[in-house]
Amino acid sequence: METLTDQNFLLTLGTFLPLVGVLVMMLWPKDDESGVKSVGIATAGATLLVGIYTLTQFDYSQSEKMQFAVDAEWIEVIRSGYTIGLDGISLPLYFLSMCVTFLVMIYTWDNMPDAGNPKAFYILMLVLQTGMAGTFISQDLILFFVFFEIVLLPMYFMIGVWGGEDRQYASLKFFLYTMFGSAFMLVAFLALFFQTGGESFGFAYLIEMGAGVDRDVQIWIFAGMFLGFAVKVPMFPFHTWLPDAHTQAPTQGSVILAAILLKLGTYGFVRIAIPMLPEGAKAWAPAIAILAVIGIIYGALGCLAQTDMKRLIAFSSVAHMGYVMLGISTLTEFGINAALFGMVAHGLITGMLFFIAGSVKHRFHTLEISRLGGMLIQMPKMGWILGFASMASLGLPGLAGFWGEFPAILSAYQPGFGLNEVLFRVCMVIAAIGTVLAAAYLLWLYQRTAFGQPREEFSSGGAHSLSAGVGDHAADDHDSDIEDVRPTEWMAWTPFLIAIVVFGVYPQLMFKVMDPAVTQMVETLGKSLG
Amino acid sequence: MLAAEETYKALELSSGWFMENAWLIALIPAVAFALIIAFGKKMPFKGAEFGLVSIGASLVIATGAGIQWVQRTDSADDGGEAAQGAFNGIRGALRASEGAEAEPFIEPVVSQWVWWQNSGLEFGIGSHIDGLAVLLLWLVAFISFLVQIFSLDYVRGDRRYTHFFAALTLFSSGMLVMVMASNTVQLILGWEIMGLCSFMLIGHWWEDAYNSHSALKAFFTVRVGDVGLLIGVAILFFGSNQWAVDNLGTNGFDIQAIQAWALSGDGSSWTLLMAAVTLFIAAIGKSGQFPFHTWLPDAMAGPTPVSSLLHSSTMVVAGVFLVARIYPVFWEGFNIANGGLSFIAIIGGITIIIAALLAFVQDDIKKVLAYSTVSQLGYMMLGLGTGAWLPAVFHVFTHAFFKCCLFLAAGSISHSGSHHSFDMKKDMGGLRKFMPITFAAWCVSTLALTGVIPFAGFWSKDEIIDNVGDAGYTFLFWVGLVGASLTAMYMTRATYLTFFGEPRGAAAGIHHDDDHGYATEYRETVITAATIDRELVTAGAPPKSLGAAAAHDDDHGDHGDHGPHESGKLILFPIVVLAVLALTSGLANPTPLAGDALGLNLGEGAELIKKYVEPRPEPVSLDIAAGHAGESLQILEPGFVLNDTASFVLNDTASFVPSETASFVPTAGDKKEGCGRSTPEVGTVCYFPAVSHAVPTLGKILLSLGFVAFGYAAAIGFCIAFYKNKNAKLVGLTERSRIARGGYLFLKNKYYLDVLYQNVFVYFVSRPLAKATYWFNQNVIDAAVDGVGAGGQRAGEFVYNNIDQKLVDGAVNASGTIASETGHGLQPIQSGRVNHYASLLFGAAAVGAIVLVILNVS
Repeated sequence: METLTDQNFLLTLGTFLPLVGVLVMMLWPKDDESGVKSVGIATAGATLLVGIYTLTQFDYSQSEKMQFAVDAEWIEVIRSGYTIGLDGISLPLYFLSMCVTFLVMIYTWDNMPDAGNPKAFYILMLVLQTGMAGTFISQDLILFFVFFEIVLLPMYFMIGVWGGEDRQYASLKFFLYTMFGSAFMLVAFLALFFQTGGESFGFAYLIEMGAGVDRDVQIWIFAGMFLGFAVKVPMFPFHTWLPDAHTQAPTQGSVILAAILLKLGTYGFVRIAIPMLPEGAKAWAPAIAILAVIGIIYGALGCLAQTDMKRLIAFSSVAHMGYVMLGISTLTEFGINAALFGMVAHGLITGMLFFIAGSVKHRFHTLEISRLGGMLIQMPKMGWILGFASMASLGLPGLAGFWGEFPAILSAYQPGFGLNEVLFRVCMVIAAIGTVLAAAYLLWLYQRTAFGQPREEFSSGGAHSLSAGVGDHAADDHDSDIEDVRPTEWMAWTPFLIAIVVFGVYPQLMFKVMDPAVTQMVETLGKSLG
Repeated sequence: MLAAEETYKALELSSGWFMENAWLIALIPAVAFALIIAFGKKMPFKGAEFGLVSIGASLVIATGAGIQWVQRTDSADDGGEAAQGAFNGIRGALRASEGAEAEPFIEPVVSQWVWWQNSGLEFGIGSHIDGLAVLLLWLVAFISFLVQIFSLDYVRGDRRYTHFFAALTLFSSGMLVMVMASNTVQLILGWEIMGLCSFMLIGHWWEDAYNSHSALKAFFTVRVGDVGLLIGVAILFFGSNQWAVDNLGTNGFDIQAIQAWALSGDGSSWTLLMAAVTLFIAAIGKSGQFPFHTWLPDAMAGPTPVSSLLHSSTMVVAGVFLVARIYPVFWEGFNIANGGLSFIAIIGGITIIIAALLAFVQDDIKKVLAYSTVSQLGYMMLGLGTGAWLPAVFHVFTHAFFKCCLFLAAGSISHSGSHHSFDMKKDMGGLRKFMPITFAAWCVSTLALTGVIPFAGFWSKDEIIDNVGDAGYTFLFWVGLVGASLTAMYMTRATYLTFFGEPRGAAAGIHHDDDHGYATEYRETVITAATIDRELVTAGAPPKSLGAAAAHDDDHGDHGDHGPHESGKLILFPIVVLAVLALTSGLANPTPLAGDALGLNLGEGAELIKKYVEPRPEPVSLDIAAGHAGESLQILEPGFVLNDTASFVLNDTASFVPSETASFVPTAGDKKEGCGRSTPEVGTVCYFPAVSHAVPTLGKILLSLGFVAFGYAAAIGFCIAFYKNKNAKLVGLTERSRIARGGYLFLKNKYYLDVLYQNVFVYFVSRPLAKATYWFNQNVIDAAVDGVGAGGQRAGEFVYNNIDQKLVDGAVNASGTIASETGHGLQPIQSGRVNHYASLLFGAAAVGAIVLVILNVS
């Protein structure tokens, strides 16, 4: 695999810069909360600037090649190297992780979860950022695995310390479940390493050699990787940690979890499992497709049964990631491109929905759908944003969600490499029906929370309004204690909203980057699958 | 005799700025939408100015594009005739006679940009301008413009005036995007934007649960149909993509590629059939065809301008447009060429009748019109399903004017005549004296809708019915006639209740302020015999917020007295303009014989829609077609010979058919039937099938007019007997006769379809099924996970006590440091537990890895 090595300090800088901030913050007095927050935001901002600079330096005409690549010695004993690089597949996710961390930190400025201690919270977010960015740049299995696991710990503490009432159960479940998958994944990595001759953990080497492994062995190794990644995605039936983790996590945790962490799993499939084990992937593809569409329908039905807004959004992730996995399972350019787009789109849209859920919780101290209502009257701007995000989430063309969903459904019509067409077409129809259910649960949620009149318990002044007469239109009546969108929220959300529109209106921005890399990957796949 | 090579002479086609920049027509309103949202509230007219100006600009560009398209067509014809030299005279004579036209195919003007790419293919977005697009672009812009003018006064003082204009403008933009779509993905874009806007506008007064429920229902029902759209587009893409790449250098989303592929004979008939069926399901949902028509009447919950826009030129027409746009797919898929009884025709026929019947039992004037729209859309579908492409498109054109006019008139009545009520029985009657202009416009449009000569509807609807019969669908022909009769009847009833008789309720100046409130129960209410004599649960009661809007309006003083009066100029102007068009727009495509019957000498070329809108079914040489929408294209000498199997019943021109014709048709030997009836020659493609055109006869015209007259006579007689004279035999019939009651209830309950959907499908999925799934999730899958966790814990404790401490102390301590750093809230025991689980799992994994490696290696 050809690589470009110009300015190859960039990725290292972008990945480890947050750790510098961590060091500074550790020395910073804990009581100076705004100082701690400033340092954290400044670090994330600097990281983001590095990311932007990386974007400008990326050679888009060669996005199928690894760029800013480094191949240094690392752990010579086990033949693992510090091999990193960025191509069209990882660039969008790498950059997204930087943006999300930065914006979440801004949001945290005056939305600190109840448990307090911003110093620890900001440090964890920065560590998390290093883990996420590192995962996307790794070109070596051991390096990948290390970053993959680094991500777990900060998130575990974020949920376990700053989460909701049931945080301990949720955080433990999240941690153990992911660990459980990781263990199998590591086994698979090691097996692949030995099967290919034990020469190197580098991706390029393994992609070249992996195809030569016996088909049966590939299937077994793929099974191990599948478990690791499928738990992370999460795919049905390994998804049950997700609703608990999301519901209990602080808003910041939910946003990062939805926007980036879930993508580590799907990214793993695209980057590692499929290219390294073509035969294994082909054998597993029908199973993945079936589980994906089950996830789509099942997640949607789960949404319909929810009474809690945040849990509903969490379940919708199961459905949305189902589309991503369906796209991947086709093993075609079309499907994998759609999946990659869907990852970013889902990150933006569901991240946005979790932000809103967090702000609603902050104001009403509840997310019980039946207790909410009339958001458009009490907080018209928030109501509009919720409507916007819901529409984006249900895959309205012109907004980002569509470009992940529609091509993924489309691609299932004609899966690659002689996969069973009938099976995939059935999956396509079921997935398309899933869009109806998506509309159902999202609009129903919107109808119940945004339309109608606000509940009496939250309408302005409680008893006061009762004496004034129930049922009068409170449209012009804004003197309630329920605040509309706040400045920090605007600052954190506006980039999300803009990105959802921009990628929706002009998807070529992202497809142009990803398509060459995906096309090359599928071509390589084709060489071994024939 | 022309030499063969000369027949491939290039044609110079004129183009023009307006056609090449037609994308502006859709873009301008979209930008205006953003401006209204961003700045609307700060503007002097609250954002309405953005809407009006943008739609006005679109209208100007659309008009320009229309004119240039006409010029382009004319230039092609000149060029064509020049190319054919000596045969001018014969061609001229042939044109007057049906079907013998040999005008060249006019290449659409396409401008597009790369929108997205995948698997190395670039997909575009842009404008695809041909006759159909131009016609509808102009129509949409024109109707939107009038509706916006109407809205200035009508929704004045509304609490979401700015948002209303924003959504209305985006709505138009969505339809325009779709109409000019150069590919199916863009088509989906416009299609869904309209869905969004209909949601916003139907739910405009979302404080009332009924309105938001209606909005949801509209979006949701259409979305069910959209499943068909997604799948259909996928089928077409993969079906045609390779062919399109090989032959045209485009891709399987491209509209032209799909058209050409469908007619090329290279696609499998099964693929085409599946594509046609799935896409038509989408059209059923969008165009409110049976059995997905149930959302349309509820869509009346939106403000009246929305209803008029939604029902005339946007939204519901989208489904018809979809079928008309990629007609070759349906033509081939349903085998319309050979008179196959198509899915489209069947659904259209059913819809005509069932919707018309429903219109009889509505008390809400807008719901009468809503069902009328459904029924008229049925005609359009019927036409498309039987090969009558031109009359169906023509009916879209004329229907837009008179239906928009009727809705706006209904709005005018409620605004000024019935105090914001739409209930004909309670709040109207005798309004003709108070609202003469509205009344006149209503009458003109009603006559147009019912198809009375010479009003617009006659020309289009009669042509559909005529063509259906002519193509051999005798039963559907009678269905069409009966439908026409029913139309006359229910419109007479509505007219009588509204404008004649004694004023009642608000029309009599009685201001009853009771809030009816809607039954907004989760389940659809079934209307029983006990309730039919009371006022209905939902139908007819004005939305609560309308009452609120009324209270708002009172501030303006023009409601000082609550008596009925004529509306203001801003409301009347669009109504009058539309009424004039309802009278005259049929002359855009008058059938010659009917013109003669009227004593009008319309001359040649009077059928403008036919000449400029219907694509010519002529093969185009691939050498040119593969290029971009260029300025020129080659034509083939007409290979179209009249076939005796199809319906070209030529009377006086039959003498042209024999040998002379064959002599100047060099390609005649290969294809006797032309595009869509036989495979085009190698190296050529067809974009449009050779649809048939019926030649109307006096007998048929009289027959359909007779049906309409009968409908009028019967309905007038009934209205006078029932409503005026209270004929003892008729009044209370539903109480005395079980059959009458049963039929009435059946209709009142909308054939129980809503009950079926709401109480069975929606209820089942959203309640028991969802609950069961979630139960399964919590009590089976999650319980299994917890069980494994608990088991692991017990095993872990056992192992921990014996082995673990020695192995991984270091890891525990390291993690413990971080844990204590993060401080409170974290139980030491727990962190310890996590760590030893983690290490345990790692240990297990390591062991497993070693085992696996050994197994594999050995």
